[in-house]
Amino acid sequence: MTGTDRKFGLAELLLLFSVLVLVVVVAVPILLIIWNAFVVDGGLNIAGVAQVLSQPDVFQAVVNSLVIAAAVTVLSTILGVFFAWLVSRTDLPFKETMKLLFLVPFMLPSFIGAIAWKILLSPRAGLINKGLMSLFGTEQALFNIYSLTGIIAVESMYLFPFVFIQVSGALERMDPTLEESARISGAGLLTITRRITLPLMLPSIAAGALLVALYSLAHFGVPAVLGTEAGIFNIPTLIYQKIYASGGRFEAIRAGTILSSILVIAAALILYSQNRILTAGRFQVIAGKSVRPMLLKLRGLKYPLLALSVLYIAVTVLLPTVTIFLVALLRTYGLSFALENMTLHNFTYILFTMKLTRDAIWNSFYLSLAAALVTMLVGTLISYVIVKMRVRGKFLLEFLGLLPFSVPGTVIALGVILMWSGKFGVNLYNTAWIIFVAYIARYMAFALKSTSAALEQVGDSLEEAARACGASHWQAMKDVVLPLIKPGMVAAFFLIFLPALRELTTSVLLYGPTTRTIGVAIYALNEDGETVYAAALSAVALIIIVIGQWVIKQVTGTTKIAGGGS
Amino acid sequence: MAHVILRDITKRFGSVVAVDKLNLEIARGECISFLGPSGCGKTTTLRMLAGFEDLDEGEILVGDRVISSSFKNYYLPPEKRDFGMVFQAFAVWPHLSVFDNVAFPLQIRGLSRSEIREKTTTALKYAGLLDAKDDYPNALSGGQKQRIALARSISFNPTVMLLDEPLSNLDPKMREVMRFEIKELQKRFNFTIIYVTHDQAEAMALSDRIVVMDFGALVQQDDTPVNVYLKPANKFVFGFIGLSNFLEVEVVEKQIYLKGAREAGPVTAVVPPHAPGHPPTLACRPGEIDLVPDGGVRGVVARRVLLGDIIDYRVTVGATEVRVQRNVRKPVFREGDPCGLAFSALHWYDETGARVSG
Repeated sequence: MTGTDRKFGLAELLLLFSVLVLVVVVAVPILLIIWNAFVVDGGLNIAGVAQVLSQPDVFQAVVNSLVIAAAVTVLSTILGVFFAWLVSRTDLPFKETMKLLFLVPFMLPSFIGAIAWKILLSPRAGLINKGLMSLFGTEQALFNIYSLTGIIAVESMYLFPFVFIQVSGALERMDPTLEESARISGAGLLTITRRITLPLMLPSIAAGALLVALYSLAHFGVPAVLGTEAGIFNIPTLIYQKIYASGGRFEAIRAGTILSSILVIAAALILYSQNRILTAGRFQVIAGKSVRPMLLKLRGLKYPLLALSVLYIAVTVLLPTVTIFLVALLRTYGLSFALENMTLHNFTYILFTMKLTRDAIWNSFYLSLAAALVTMLVGTLISYVIVKMRVRGKFLLEFLGLLPFSVPGTVIALGVILMWSGKFGVNLYNTAWIIFVAYIARYMAFALKSTSAALEQVGDSLEEAARACGASHWQAMKDVVLPLIKPGMVAAFFLIFLPALRELTTSVLLYGPTTRTIGVAIYALNEDGETVYAAALSAVALIIIVIGQWVIKQVTGTTKIAGGGS
Repeated sequence: MAHVILRDITKRFGSVVAVDKLNLEIARGECISFLGPSGCGKTTTLRMLAGFEDLDEGEILVGDRVISSSFKNYYLPPEKRDFGMVFQAFAVWPHLSVFDNVAFPLQIRGLSRSEIREKTTTALKYAGLLDAKDDYPNALSGGQKQRIALARSISFNPTVMLLDEPLSNLDPKMREVMRFEIKELQKRFNFTIIYVTHDQAEAMALSDRIVVMDFGALVQQDDTPVNVYLKPANKFVFGFIGLSNFLEVEVVEKQIYLKGAREAGPVTAVVPPHAPGHPPTLACRPGEIDLVPDGGVRGVVARRVLLGDIIDYRVTVGATEVRVQRNVRKPVFREGDPCGLAFSALHWYDETGARVSG
């Protein structure tokens, strides 16, 4: 080995490449957004920013985003903590099954859920509303899904698994003797829950809650489907509205960059607090001997609570899914679900005839495939440098590696528009390439998370042992490290491929006449009132997601839920 | 007078019988150890005592009060038993300060603020934690964490203390210190200790009485530490306590020889009673065999390892290998040297493993 005294070796080369990728794909677009938001004609323009923010519609969107995010966070946290506690600390029957079922809402793209709920609960034509109105003989709809409440409810349904996963995982990892020692000290189960379990779970609860807040604040799908009709906009939907209404005028872009900056700052704050909470060492709960934890005997409440859980899944997952499939089978929207009104024509039409949907399916497939492959490979490389290599200047990469986690889809879309619209010599606007670049930025976080976790499992000594046996750095990597982290890489691929397949937030700002994706097509069909086709394409998307989940399980041997980020 | 009584207690996990009809009486103020290999059922027994596991059969009494009974299907919940308990993984609460950890049982019992302060301070003082009372546990070492757990369990003056391998997660030096401290705390607070361990030295150092268990919590010997060490009741106990040689022997003309090594010379002339053709097994500690240049049972040094203050020899006699440990300052034999084995303190066990008095 002669590399120790070289000034510029493989390590430096890999570092440089990794830094370059993150700079071009993530850092520069974000900087361009901040630059465009705050700088006009080379000078800081705070007055201009204030002027934009004081426009009633902009101000209202910011308020809406905050209100929705706050309410969704509270609701999701309550749901997530309650169900997590139920499946891991009580003797609820069929716990393992219920645990998997509670993760299903995560797989369901929330904007498809929103479309289903629109079909069920829109004020005039909603199926449930119509049913209830004829039942009670009233003219007034009972529920209006086109409202802040509707948006909050639907988002919470599909976001609570963030909290559920964090908390149920933490409850399972927690050393049961922490609770047992409280019990033998004389505390009853309620006291233990209140004074020991909940405080110890607080970091996990907060981490999950902050993820929900981050996600909801920048969420496009549900407010776009349910809010636009009633004139309710949040930050992402207003950005979309402004850019599309104006056909990309400078003022619209500028308002967009200012709104995006708010999202970036909020996201950075959220991630910073999350990091602070999780690294606060005094809460660490190390697992000891694996003794089964104490379970609260629910006794009389056992079956009522099981029924409640099943009902929750039935209402939030089953009902919307069935609705989507039934509507997808209708000859015309508005007919009753009688067998003579059913047809498979919608499916054959969107799969084989309609250009819009055929293009969309094809575009989504190759874009997701390419983005997943490239992002996974580059992400592995970056993780490798961060986790395994000792090289000067690594802190730069570590910092850049945090960026993808904090950038919402809308922001990425706007950033790549600013960067790749010809200003810097390359014009990718209206091509598939701009979506491809945006997907890489959007999903880099998933790749980094999955592959760095896999790499951290591989002890340094394994690679060092290979080097001691005479393998070169490259051989050690190829023969020892890569085979060991392959499951992590495969997982990363699917964790990107599946969400990308049904991506909406980013694509909706970037698509051109021939580059619609599945998400965009469903959204457009729904907006145009082509509800049956929107439902049919949604049904196809759901089938693909289920198949994809099955493939993940076959390949990785575990149940990983690919969700988040539609 | 018996303080804690276990009657025929049995626990099954599926088809595995973890504890099989265990009967035990423990006197007030006694320190009793359950000693046995991992998985033998000793921890399960302790957890049944604590009330974390129900019984499949049997009952447990404290004083004259039934606290667990499979017959009456009555189980006093753990929080009502007023036992102190210390766990292997410390189980101190990371979100509470040292003081609040120790005060917790007192707060639960609804004591007044001044009483809580007084009793907590006393417990902290005896556990040597007064200086650390405002710290959070994760800032402290393993030994300190276990002191918190001890202080917490003595703060409300329990009459029974359950200790589940409390020293296993500590380094050897801290283990010795803590053994001593547990003993001191017992002297001061005079509680009954039921101590679970797989470490015989720990059991020897602490206990008034050791219950050696095999799988199923089957009691192999229930005796004082000295007797457990000097007169192991059966082959299992002999093998579990300390180092051991088990040697097959043959009896020829009222002399005992190592099996197939008559030419090496006799081990002893004392022949224990046995059925004809079924000589007992000879058990002997490596430290109770001496190496001599002349005489003894003749063998050859096959391997020699320095362990610090002692040297560990493997001596082959015919087809038998005998382990011998001698002080490092005694004359040294090299590998390949011929030598003689001088046996002392012989134990005999018949084919069922039972001790043969001889």
